[in-house]
Amino acid sequence: MLKFILRRLLELIPVLLISITIVFFMVRLAPGGPFTAEKSFSAEAIARLNEHYGLDKPILAQYGNYLLNLLKGDLGPSFQYPSRSVNDIIKETFPVSLELGALAMLFALFVGLLAGIVASLKPNSIQDHVPMGLAMTGICMPSFVLGPLLILIFGLWLGWFNASGWELPSDRVLPVITLGAAYAAYISRLTRGSMLEVLPSDYIRTARAKGLSEANVIYMHTLKNALLPVVSYLGPATAGILTGSFVVETIFNIPGMGRMFVLAAFNRDYTLILGLVVFFALLVVVFNAVVDILLGLLNPKLRMHS
Amino acid sequence: MSTLKLMNRFSLLSILLLLAGCAKRETPVEIGNREQILHLGNLSEPKDLDPHIITGLSAYNVIAALHEGLVAEAPNTSSLRPAPGVAESWSVSKDRTVYTFTLRPDAKWSNGDPVTANDFIFSYKRMLSPALGSPYAYMLYILKNGRVYNHGELVDFSSVGVKAINVHTLELTLETPIPSFLSRLNHWSWFPVHPATILKHGLIDEMGTPWTRPENHVGNGAFTLESWRQNQAIVVEKNPQYWDADKVKLNEIHFYPIGDHMIEERSFRAGQLHVTGTVPVERVQYYKTRNPGLLHLDPYLRSYYYLLNINKPPLNDLRIRKALAMAIDREVLADFVTKSGEEPAYTFTPPHIGTYAPEKRFSTNIETARQLMVDAGFPNGEDFPKLTLLFHTSDLHTRIAEVIQQMWKDNLGIRIELENVEWKVYQARRENRDYDIARAEWVADYIDPSSFLDVWLTGGGNNHAGWSSPAYDQLIHEASLTADETKRMELFKQAETTLIDDQPIIPLLFLPSKSLVQPSVKGWNPSILDHHPYKYIYLEAQ
Repeated sequence: MLKFILRRLLELIPVLLISITIVFFMVRLAPGGPFTAEKSFSAEAIARLNEHYGLDKPILAQYGNYLLNLLKGDLGPSFQYPSRSVNDIIKETFPVSLELGALAMLFALFVGLLAGIVASLKPNSIQDHVPMGLAMTGICMPSFVLGPLLILIFGLWLGWFNASGWELPSDRVLPVITLGAAYAAYISRLTRGSMLEVLPSDYIRTARAKGLSEANVIYMHTLKNALLPVVSYLGPATAGILTGSFVVETIFNIPGMGRMFVLAAFNRDYTLILGLVVFFALLVVVFNAVVDILLGLLNPKLRMHS
Repeated sequence: MSTLKLMNRFSLLSILLLLAGCAKRETPVEIGNREQILHLGNLSEPKDLDPHIITGLSAYNVIAALHEGLVAEAPNTSSLRPAPGVAESWSVSKDRTVYTFTLRPDAKWSNGDPVTANDFIFSYKRMLSPALGSPYAYMLYILKNGRVYNHGELVDFSSVGVKAINVHTLELTLETPIPSFLSRLNHWSWFPVHPATILKHGLIDEMGTPWTRPENHVGNGAFTLESWRQNQAIVVEKNPQYWDADKVKLNEIHFYPIGDHMIEERSFRAGQLHVTGTVPVERVQYYKTRNPGLLHLDPYLRSYYYLLNINKPPLNDLRIRKALAMAIDREVLADFVTKSGEEPAYTFTPPHIGTYAPEKRFSTNIETARQLMVDAGFPNGEDFPKLTLLFHTSDLHTRIAEVIQQMWKDNLGIRIELENVEWKVYQARRENRDYDIARAEWVADYIDPSSFLDVWLTGGGNNHAGWSSPAYDQLIHEASLTADETKRMELFKQAETTLIDDQPIIPLLFLPSKSLVQPSVKGWNPSILDHHPYKYIYLEAQ
């Protein structure tokens, strides 16, 4: 297992290096710089700013400096927010995205598994069609439609929740549903499918024949095996939720990392874009590794092969 | 249906209704009304809260609560006569170049230190220091030797026109008499900063130090910085050390950076905001008919125009530029396209600046426009080269551009291609003059025609048309040396006539300030700079 984790960590280095290099040069190719503004700064002011942020140095020197600082864990200052460093910004925004993502994932798992199990127990009945119909709608409906719809109903008409923001615990409800809905839908279909595959197998019949309760049969025996495709979906789903949360963060004006990333790109905040790319790359690789480990724990066959 | 069943249904219904009723929350606005907490939509996240670094209105909105200059804004901010601020009184020398301010002894910083004349000297030195690279340093060029010090040609700050006569007396010497000087002092670039706090976190001219973070911040305004959660909210609390604290009725102000106008409007409807930063065009009509009391469309010093690249044929031909300007029906734009209280613009400077009344030099005239095209060799637009109209992604710009494209096609027979690009791309191309026609707008920094007309000086940093006229430069220069108000306005008028006659720009509309204001907000007055001094604002539930 240790060897496996180490190999994963080593793989991270080229991934990071390549993404940093590409992004470092690409953002500088984009027209406009961090200091172009509606009311132009004077040439002197721009020169001072470039000097302050080291943008007056040759580009390769800037690249070298960036890598050196990165080794020390320093992602540099933000050009857009002079009193904050990129590290500060990640420290502030990541917990927000993490909370949103984790809650959405929990919501997706809870609703998705429940709906999938319920549907699989009586296939092709109303008990199957209703949740699966909803799931189809969930998969098809983009978050930028679902979000405003939920705000309209629960925020404006019923007045139960705020329409935007991240101030109160209740502000989590609508964004979590919006972000989690599509994943819940997908998970429910996955669960239903694999449940239907597992349910007719011999060992389930044996479990029933032993006189185990139906709940025991479903939750202890069927679900454990039926979960495998769901767990392998969790890796990409988590990465998708974390990196895709910017739409939901924008709809609900949530101060998360996804929204910050988009703003940074619009503002040409070179160091902030790079810092977030590094951080996102790390996250995705780590989550994939975690999922691989989980799969190994759940499925002894995989463990033996690796 | 049995009675029992009916009763069952009835009770089920009432439980549901009760649930819905109970769950309806008390909105932030309702709580705010009770506790004097003002919730403001603030459009974008301020880059910083350092008055010497910031550039935009969203940062100013917060800074105005945290800092106070020598003078302060009167409740009616459109007035050119400011109210006393840190200075309780002032006198002016006969030649109107030396201002002596008497600071009030009870003016304090939020940590209890007194505000002294030396604090202002430190602040102006910081603002003008070349190393800080302040984008608004030029605002202080009206101080004697301010410009040369900022350019690094003068090293000794004591030669700059700022002097402390004693702890509470400050003397400012100007290069030339400036009639609008006192109202200019309301610009954030003139706000003082706390020297000890600046020096605790870095050098006097070091940018990007953490002194503006809530745990470090010291200000002298009516409010103190309580928290700053990036992209979420900035909270300021009433400052008990403020000299006029008795007058301040609000306990807190919360600023929300909601960049998307639709989201901001939804938040307003959900009872989360007392005042919005703007109103989406799509919603203006709705409020006009359904709830006009909430909609505030007020005159604002904001000019919307098209830049012409006068170095590029055929736009180097004055007749073409004039034809383009005359072939646009601005009334149609205002009444049927933007529909939010815009005014047709035939000059660059909006009305409402004191006594300044620029002359209308042209009007919509399709016949003349067509004739000009014939004269220029393009009858009915034949053989007219393909021009592009550059603007950045926004609903408003697209709509206006599409209508103008059609007007030019119908009226002059020419085809213009629309080019919709991202914000930074647009800015970069405008700066490099890589366009034929480009959308642009200008918002005043202070109430004076010079805040508009200085833009078109030869070599000016914002003169993206690359237009240059020695006559114009001379008139503006003369105006800057003229103390007599009537004569000065006459010089500005002549300058603007020179500008419009040469048509490097096509004035289109004067945009109003747009906001939604809850009825519980009192003291929120129209303001041509869109400034609203918080000291006079309070909340009163119906």
